[in-house]
Amino acid sequence: MEYFLELFFGGLTRGSIYALIALGYTMVYGIIQLINFAHGEIYMIGAFVALIVAGVCTIYGLSGVSILILAGVIAVIYACAYGYTLEKVAYRPLRGAPRLSPLISAIGMSIFLQNYVLLAQTSDFLPFPRLIPDFAFMEPVAHIIGSPELVILITTVITMILLTLLIKKTKVGKAMRATQQDMNMARLVGVNVDRIISLTFIIGSALAAIGGVLVASYIGQVNFYIGFLAGVKAFTAAVLGGIGSIPGAVFGGLVLGWAESFAAGYISSDYEDVFTFGLLVIILILRPAGILGKVRKQKV
Amino acid sequence: MVTDMLQNFKQSIVVSLWFVFLTFPLMVVRVNTMNQEVIWRWMNMVWVAIGAFVLSYLWRYMLSRQQMRKQVADEGGEIRSRMQILLEDMSFRYRAMGFILLAALVFPLVFDTYQSTIMISALIYVVLGLGLNITVGLAGLLDLGYVAFFGVGAYSYALLNHHFDLGFWVTLPIGGIIGCLFGIVLGFPILRLRGDYLAIVTLGFGMIFKVVMENWDGLSFGPSGIANIDRPNFFGMDLSLANSTIYIYYIMIALVIFTILVTNRLKNSRIGRAWIAMREDEIACVAMGIDIARTKLSAYALGAFWAGMVGVLFASKTTFINPASFTFMESAIILSIVVLGGMGSILGVIIGAFFLILLPEYMRAFSEYRMLAFGAAMVLMMIFRPQGIISNLRQTYEYKGSKEKIDNG
Repeated sequence: MEYFLELFFGGLTRGSIYALIALGYTMVYGIIQLINFAHGEIYMIGAFVALIVAGVCTIYGLSGVSILILAGVIAVIYACAYGYTLEKVAYRPLRGAPRLSPLISAIGMSIFLQNYVLLAQTSDFLPFPRLIPDFAFMEPVAHIIGSPELVILITTVITMILLTLLIKKTKVGKAMRATQQDMNMARLVGVNVDRIISLTFIIGSALAAIGGVLVASYIGQVNFYIGFLAGVKAFTAAVLGGIGSIPGAVFGGLVLGWAESFAAGYISSDYEDVFTFGLLVIILILRPAGILGKVRKQKV
Repeated sequence: MVTDMLQNFKQSIVVSLWFVFLTFPLMVVRVNTMNQEVIWRWMNMVWVAIGAFVLSYLWRYMLSRQQMRKQVADEGGEIRSRMQILLEDMSFRYRAMGFILLAALVFPLVFDTYQSTIMISALIYVVLGLGLNITVGLAGLLDLGYVAFFGVGAYSYALLNHHFDLGFWVTLPIGGIIGCLFGIVLGFPILRLRGDYLAIVTLGFGMIFKVVMENWDGLSFGPSGIANIDRPNFFGMDLSLANSTIYIYYIMIALVIFTILVTNRLKNSRIGRAWIAMREDEIACVAMGIDIARTKLSAYALGAFWAGMVGVLFASKTTFINPASFTFMESAIILSIVVLGGMGSILGVIIGAFFLILLPEYMRAFSEYRMLAFGAAMVLMMIFRPQGIISNLRQTYEYKGSKEKIDNG
């Protein structure tokens, strides 16, 4: 039972991170029907920036929670800047092009960003400082759920509540929903669609960066390649839940996290990635619209 | 004019500053945790500033040029480049082909083994590119796990050779057929998917292949791979390393010619037309009575066939394979060959392969920037020249006004 709980919470933690990244995919896909392949790279850049900030701060003598907050905030700012630039450089000129073009451009951007970080920094795994302290009150249950996991869960829940509020309650959120439903119509009623798309990229990137910082401090190391696999898995989560749907992304992330955690715990950890992609393939074959997604009929 | 220039200048300054800000933590700061020191690389910042400034001018110029081309095309003007007009001249084409063939044949006699080895790997990518060109370029099915079929071919030769001592020539078609079968098996479940979903599933297949090969020790000997694979023998004789390289080179040339001939015929065949129709519009294609399932599967199977065959050749060339040779990066390289060369265009893909494989090989100093350049090139190509270096010449029928002549070109 204890092992089960450990896997359960492990999966929950993992799943909530996937959900954070998957939200970026889903929001972008919902609006411009593009798989933002470079999204995983934004996550990686977020983690890297946080690492650099944390490193500099440690050397100049700051400590504890202040570093975590500083690193987190700067990482989010930079991820937003990268997301914004990415959209402007690689996707905006391709609006209206055949659907394969932006996808290839996205893959190119992903390769570019990976190698940019590789060349600018290093190809080695860098140790990420443990920014989250062990809380004393978590002591009795530490073997099932540790403090970092708790922090990750709480942060994720808060982020998601904020996101939901943003989309449901604010004017910008309304404009985003309108753009998602019908871009031309939204434009007609005076929504600045270009700005909404930029904003979507920025929000998605911020979520990815939060995920990146949390994961990096949880796992304890960072490398230029982490974004790729995380990106693909988060995309799987988005598809699982039904791409374009925000609750779907969260749900898909959690399902994927648990599936991976239990499969690795009870069957074999060597084939962890195989389970993920196997799940993706099965879902796409049986229910291409995802679990919570709406089936959209294609009209001619 | 002056205000225009000032405007441009201001814009470039803003872009430059923006990129300086953007690249600051990654390019300038470097934390050395061992010695507890921060290395500030201010020179990088200067380079970024200058680079971004110049590139932003270039970017605007290219965008405006593209706009102009579009305008010309809309007005029905000539948009073919000089290169294309030259390529449409048949007599020039035959002469050029003869010359290239001659050069290819004497190449290993003039240059040494090292050069031939490089050439072989370029030719391997030519065939891979042409194979992927069927799936991506003609049929429009973005396949991000193409390298898995290449791996299937390589592993089928390695394993058949290891366990049953089968020779190269026997396995060459077997490898192709096994690749083909894998293409069909993987193609079946994803028939219903289109576009981006397809891309991600094929990416998943590629990853699954690598993970399985790494972990299934009983089958593939895990990450340590399979060594001592036989080189192809020459009518029963074993050749020395140098001779065998030349031999493989000629096999490769033959394979390339075979591939070109077949894909060229395929392109203009009934099925090739069906692929192109499917790429352009799937729904319209169904409405025209084309069996989408069969068309998609055949595109997958034929694309995979070449990868399987050339995989056998790859295994026999390197005599050692392990899963590390079949990563996503390989798929990305092959894809960028197709994209840069020109999707659907055979000549373009060949030029693309030589360009992308030989350039980093001969410019060793820049070889670490290879993937960076590939990525950037993919983005830039999509924006400024989506048709690739050499765009696909489709057979078009033109009506030439007064002479009432229908020109086939």
